[in-house]
This record gives sequence, structure tokens and C-alpha cells, in this order.
Amino acid sequence: MITAMDKVNIARHKKRPTTLDYIHKIFDEFIEFHGDRLFRDDPSIVGGIASLDGQAITVIGHQKGRNTKENIFRNFGMPSPEGYRKALRLMKQAEKFNRPVLTFIDTPGAYCGIGAEERGQGEAIASCLIEMAGLRVPTLSIVIGEGGSGGALALGITDKIWMLENSIYSVLSPEGFASILWKDPSRSKEAAEMMKLTAKDLKEFMIIDHIVPEPPKGAHEDVDKVAMDIKEKLSMELIKIKGLDTEDILERRGKKFRNLGKFSV
Amino acid sequence: MWVKCTSCKENIYSNDFEDTKNVCPNCGYHFTMSSWERIHIIFDKDTFYEVDENITSTNPIGFPDYEKKIKNMTLKTGIKEAVVTGYGKIKGQNAVAAIMDSRFMMGSMGSAVGEKITRAVEKSLDLKIPLIIFCASGGARMQESIFSLMQMGKTSAVLRKHRDEGLLYISVLTHPTTGGVTASFAMLGDIIIAEPKALIGFAGPRVIEQTIRQKLPDDFQSSEFLLEKGFVDKIVKREDMKNTLSRILALHSQDGREEL
Repeated sequence: MITAMDKVNIARHKKRPTTLDYIHKIFDEFIEFHGDRLFRDDPSIVGGIASLDGQAITVIGHQKGRNTKENIFRNFGMPSPEGYRKALRLMKQAEKFNRPVLTFIDTPGAYCGIGAEERGQGEAIASCLIEMAGLRVPTLSIVIGEGGSGGALALGITDKIWMLENSIYSVLSPEGFASILWKDPSRSKEAAEMMKLTAKDLKEFMIIDHIVPEPPKGAHEDVDKVAMDIKEKLSMELIKIKGLDTEDILERRGKKFRNLGKFSV
Repeated sequence: MWVKCTSCKENIYSNDFEDTKNVCPNCGYHFTMSSWERIHIIFDKDTFYEVDENITSTNPIGFPDYEKKIKNMTLKTGIKEAVVTGYGKIKGQNAVAAIMDSRFMMGSMGSAVGEKITRAVEKSLDLKIPLIIFCASGGARMQESIFSLMQMGKTSAVLRKHRDEGLLYISVLTHPTTGGVTASFAMLGDIIIAEPKALIGFAGPRVIEQTIRQKLPDDFQSSEFLLEKGFVDKIVKREDMKNTLSRILALHSQDGREEL
């Protein structure tokens, strides 16, 4: 029996395939673009234009490193405001040229540091949320590893949300959760169970739309197979969205997020 | 009765404290206030109508004792969730408002807060009158896990409609405004006003100190810091807030005094 904490560990596995791994396996072509045009290029978010079955599509994702050196360069996939502003720039560009937007979500969270606060981490994330909510092209996000907090959601206000079988999506890390609620980060295993952060949980909550299956020990066991599964499903999705009315897309997206939450009146 | 100022440590006579709207008469420190205290100093007398007051959190992930905690908070604060919403008049001008209350589980945002804020935005859309949100929040409500996180998306999505309709949204940041609230509706105002010396940020200062292992500068994440960095339009003292809001509302109103 795989526990929630096992899934957390698979999602964070050092061999876990990253955004660029999937991009290169799924698409026929990918041209990466850099920079937010305001401050600098943040390597913890990558983006550019890819093509699939002859159709251009804007692809953006959190980027973790595959070793220590790369992780230092990528800041362990924890973006600064300029990363979100780069993502936003590329999304607006996609809207201008009427390209669908695909995002890969894989971050422990947005970076917590002096510079990030000085340059408005909150504003950068909030701007992504409001802009994605109104983006006049079809959008899809896939959580491929860690979907950590607002830093993950910033790329996740999309028409469809998919998750890899062993990925997680949560309000914060199980360690953070245990530390805030019980003042004891060592109770992370218990927190992971309680938080309902697995793909299965979120599918049951009807927050996500589809689960991409993984090999028993995780996507790193057979990344080609996982990438092919994503590619096939994505190709079908691209056919489905062709000819959809923009106003219909926006209305459906609005409703999807309008209905999130459980409360009593 | 005497109260000690948490900032300058001066003893303040509690009657003075009421006169100054919970601001220390000695050092000008702005103490947190309840939603209703704020409604009384901002809205014209007896004009504020509360809506959706019975919306409460359920327990979506089955967090132990969460219902009990909500019940205790309601007994302690007299409100059922961390935000009060409604509409009323500010110097004769209509506004829909959501007023958060940091006494209620740190003003954290769960499904009920998200729904109430969303409905307030929709009310503003329906009535075609401006929206003001007074933020006071530690961020997402952990006890509701992923549902709390998704409220950031929900509130931002409805604010997108609000923006597309060309309506005015004023965001007022009070102590403290952090986490998921900062990273959603707090930072999305057409005009963003802060009370003096409020803590405003995405990550909490303790989390940042633990991450970077160094001490933070004194005024870091204060209203004044955000003003300098370009993230708020204006710092307004509590005693001037009603007047400032009414002036901004007047400048955005076609006839200024339309009836509800």
C-alpha cells in the first residue's frame, strides 16, 4: 500500500522527470524564450513555443534541477517574482497569437527571500492568477511533481487540470503544515495523510480533471511511457479545443473556479 | 482602565483609545480592530447592511476538532467567519465591502471566506457600485488544505470579471496582510491603500529568516517598505481613511450619490 508520504517522496525524487524532460519528449520542436523584460531571467521557470502535430502551443513550467549544480542554478524550482512575470509575458504573447497554453507545475513553492519580497512576490502571483482567469485561449496545466502552494497555483488557473499519479498538490508542504498546526515538523507523515494532497484525493474532490498513470515506483522508471501517454491525451485535447468559442471557454473556466470550496449557507 | 501599547509600551487610558479608533495616542501605532469596529468608523451611521452572515466553513478534509474551533471562535468574536461582507454608504456614496477580522483564526481564508469575498465581488457587479476590501489575514486556512489554496484562484477569477466590467476595486491593507491573501485579492486593487506600519508580505518574516538564515531589516515588509518599493499607492492613517475613501469614490462616480 502506497501512503501519502510515499507519494510525497516520489514527487520529490531526485530522478523525477522535470518540465524540460517532458517538453523534449512530448513536442516535435521547442524554442525556449527568456526574461521578464523588467528585471532578469529567472531559470526556475522555463517557457517558449513548442509544436505538436503541426500546431504551435505556448509551454511554460517550473524547472527543477537534475543535480545539485543545476538545482542551485534553478533555485530548486522556487521562482522569484520575475519568473512569474516571465510566465505572464509568455501567456499574453500566446493570447496575442492565439496559441493554447500548457503549463507544467513542479515547485516546492515560490521563493521566500528578501529580494523576492522587495520585488513583489505577492503581486506577481496575484497577477498570474487574475490574468490566467481571463486568458482568451484554451489552457491546461499538468502537475508533474510538487504542486506547492500559491507558487504552484500561479501557473494553474486553467481550463483543465491534470496530475501525474504520484504528484502532489497542496496548500503547503507536509512539513510546513505539521510545523504550523502542531509546532512539530517531524509529524510530516501524519500531515501528508491528513492533507489529502494526492492526485486521487483531488480527483475525488473534483478539483482536477484527469490522472496520468505512472509506473509502480514512479515516472522516473519509464519517462518515455509517461511522456507518450501525456502526448496522446494532449493531441486529443488539442483536437477537441479546436473551434471552441472563446466566450464559452472563459465562461467554463470562470465557473470551474467559482464553484471551488465547501461551505454551508 | 489602562491598556499598554504593544509598540511604545506607554500606558494608554482606554477611553482615549476608543476616541483615536484603536490608534496609540502616543506613538501612532495602529492596533488591529474587529470587522464591526472598522465598519463603524468607515460607513455612515446605520447604513451598512450585512449579507451572507450565515455562510460558515464545513470541514472538507475532516480536520480533527475544526468544527469545535470554529464554534469557539464564533463565541469569542460574535461573527461566524473571518470576514464580514455587505454594502453601505461612505459620506453618502455607495460601496460594497468585505472587512476581514484577524481575531477569527488569524483572518485566514478557507472556503467560507473565499465564498463571501466572491459574493461581495458579485454584489458589486450586480449593483454596479465600487468594491472595497479591508484585508487582515495570515493567509490560507491550513485546516481546509487544498480548498483554501483554491480560494486564491476563485477570488482572483471573479475579480477578473469585475475588472472587465470597468468597476472600481479599492484594496485596503491592514495589519497583518500575508500569504495567500497578499498573493491574490489584496494585491489586485485598482488602488491599494495601506494603514501605517502594517505587516504586508507574501512569506511571513519568520519563514524568510529561517530560509535565508539572516536577520531581516527593521522596516522589512512594512507598509512604508511596500510604498518605497512601489507596491502600494498610498499610506493612509486610520483617522483619515473614511475621508480618503470617500474622495476616491467621488472621483470614480458619475453622479456620486445614486441610490441603492
